[in-house]
Amino acid sequence: MDLGELASCLGSASCVVTQVSAGLTIGLLIFLVASGLTLIFGVLGLVNFAHGTLYMLGSYFALTAYGTTGSFLAAVGAGAFGVALVGLLMERFLLSRIYGTDVLMQLLVCYAIILILDDVVKIVWGGDFLKMDLPDAFRRPPVIIAGGIVPYYYVILFAITAAIAVILAWGMGRTRFGRTVRAAAVNPGMVGALGINTTAVFAAVFAIGSLLAGLAGALSAPIRSVVPGAGVSILIESFIVTVIGGMGSIWGALIASLLIGFTRSFGSIGFPLFTEGMMFLMMALVLLVKPSGLAGKPHA
Amino acid sequence: MMAELSVSGLDAAYGASQVLFGVEFDVERGETLALMGRNGAGKSTTFKAIAGLLSPRGGKVLLRGQDLAGAKPYRIARAGVGFVPEDRQVFPEHTVEENLEVAQKPGPGGGDWNVERAFQVFPMLVPLRKRMAGRLSGGEQQMLTIARSLMGNPAVLLLDEPSEGLAPLIVAQIGDLIRKLREMGTTIVLAEQNSRFCLGVATRVAVIDKGAIVWRGGVEQFRADPSVQARYLQV
Ligand SMILES: Nc1ncnc2c1ncn2[C@@H]1O[C@H](COP(=O)(O)OP(=O)(O)OP(=O)(O)O)[C@@H](O)[C@H]1O
Ligand SMILES: [Mg+2]
Repeated sequence: MDLGELASCLGSASCVVTQVSAGLTIGLLIFLVASGLTLIFGVLGLVNFAHGTLYMLGSYFALTAYGTTGSFLAAVGAGAFGVALVGLLMERFLLSRIYGTDVLMQLLVCYAIILILDDVVKIVWGGDFLKMDLPDAFRRPPVIIAGGIVPYYYVILFAITAAIAVILAWGMGRTRFGRTVRAAAVNPGMVGALGINTTAVFAAVFAIGSLLAGLAGALSAPIRSVVPGAGVSILIESFIVTVIGGMGSIWGALIASLLIGFTRSFGSIGFPLFTEGMMFLMMALVLLVKPSGLAGKPHA
Repeated sequence: MMAELSVSGLDAAYGASQVLFGVEFDVERGETLALMGRNGAGKSTTFKAIAGLLSPRGGKVLLRGQDLAGAKPYRIARAGVGFVPEDRQVFPEHTVEENLEVAQKPGPGGGDWNVERAFQVFPMLVPLRKRMAGRLSGGEQQMLTIARSLMGNPAVLLLDEPSEGLAPLIVAQIGDLIRKLREMGTTIVLAEQNSRFCLGVATRVAVIDKGAIVWRGGVEQFRADPSVQARYLQV
């Protein structure tokens, strides 16, 4: 515990800038994963425990694509679309069969998927820590704002993730597909009776959620170590986010992701040994005060 | 001439209990058929079996000659069956306009329905355009679900008890609306218990009792035969 250090950081503009930029970046990356998790839960009623594993796969796909092509764009594309494809196959052949079953069944099937994919990754990429090199284009001097250091890649990450967040919110709220998805989440039977193939809508939603997880995995490959089982910690963070933000709420997920991001960045200064504990503490507090989450609807 | 919708030998069950026993009726293009029967006679079950929400055990559902029995609901809807359920089922957290937009698609009915056309034919919805559908009154929700089904340009519209639970003034409005749709050439099957309402809008009558059609005829014929009403409709 070093709350004195935290206080002195908060008193210095440069320290605040550095920590805020780190918090935003971490938070928005978590948001990409958590928004997919919450979307899939909100629409399909499925708790996708394998979501972190999709994130991990995104990192590996990006790693390999970057290794072979040397292109960052190809790496991100491989992570996002490769994982979207894996997610689609997973949904079609396994998960669509367990919609509406109890959460224990979902946990069991997802856990099997986690174990299988972790092993596949070990066979293909080995069990060692890997890291994707930062592309040359991003090896630039950090941006200095008010004396605070913001790594150049963080600026790129912030731009991409913020754009995705906006696109997601706009897509769900303002497009015909988004309206259809929201309607199918509430009343799939009626949506089907209006001539909409809800099976296809559900598959598309799962693929989009997977794409977001794969994208987050790819984007974080240059800054986090890539290792089998890397999906677990991001899954837990995403769960904390969905509980704090409210299951099924994209806006709640955004707020909660940023909260977790800032807890991590400022916590690493003020209470480095208790950042994880702090996240759970916040979750517990939200559960006590508003059990449905910040933006969630009260349970019926 | 081929009937627009021809139902024959339709059997349906909920689990082990059979509810429909060979339901049979035809609807010609442009007519409004009243499907009348008391509580639990099988009107809603007939509609659900036609729309595919309940898989029929047997029988045929021919829409313009194409058998749709047992197909998936979205395929039946795309083929041209519009279904307005008795409990309405608006999307409560979508605005009126969004409810309509979700349902918009081409269909065989050839009505060229779109959002603007819906607001012309349903002027009472215009001031409610941006309102959440869950906050509408029962009558407004009923209007909205009818408009919403029309957005798919159906060949046949199945209306399940649209007058149920509504004030007489609203019921009269819905009657006017159904007549207007008929004048526009829409083919309608109207399930009802309320014979006064029904006879004002229908062109023909089929009476269902205990899951089977027991009487069929024109509106005048029905009026002239009080014994049918006494036997199958009054409780
Ligand atoms: N989901 C269900 N499960 C089991 N039985 C059902 C179900 N729905 C309806 N039934 C039974 O099927 C029979 C026909 O019901 P149906 O709803 O088709 O009647 P209805 O003519 O629409 O009546 P109402 O005028 O009350 O709407 C009734 O005996 C009813 O109890
Ligand atoms: Mg009924």
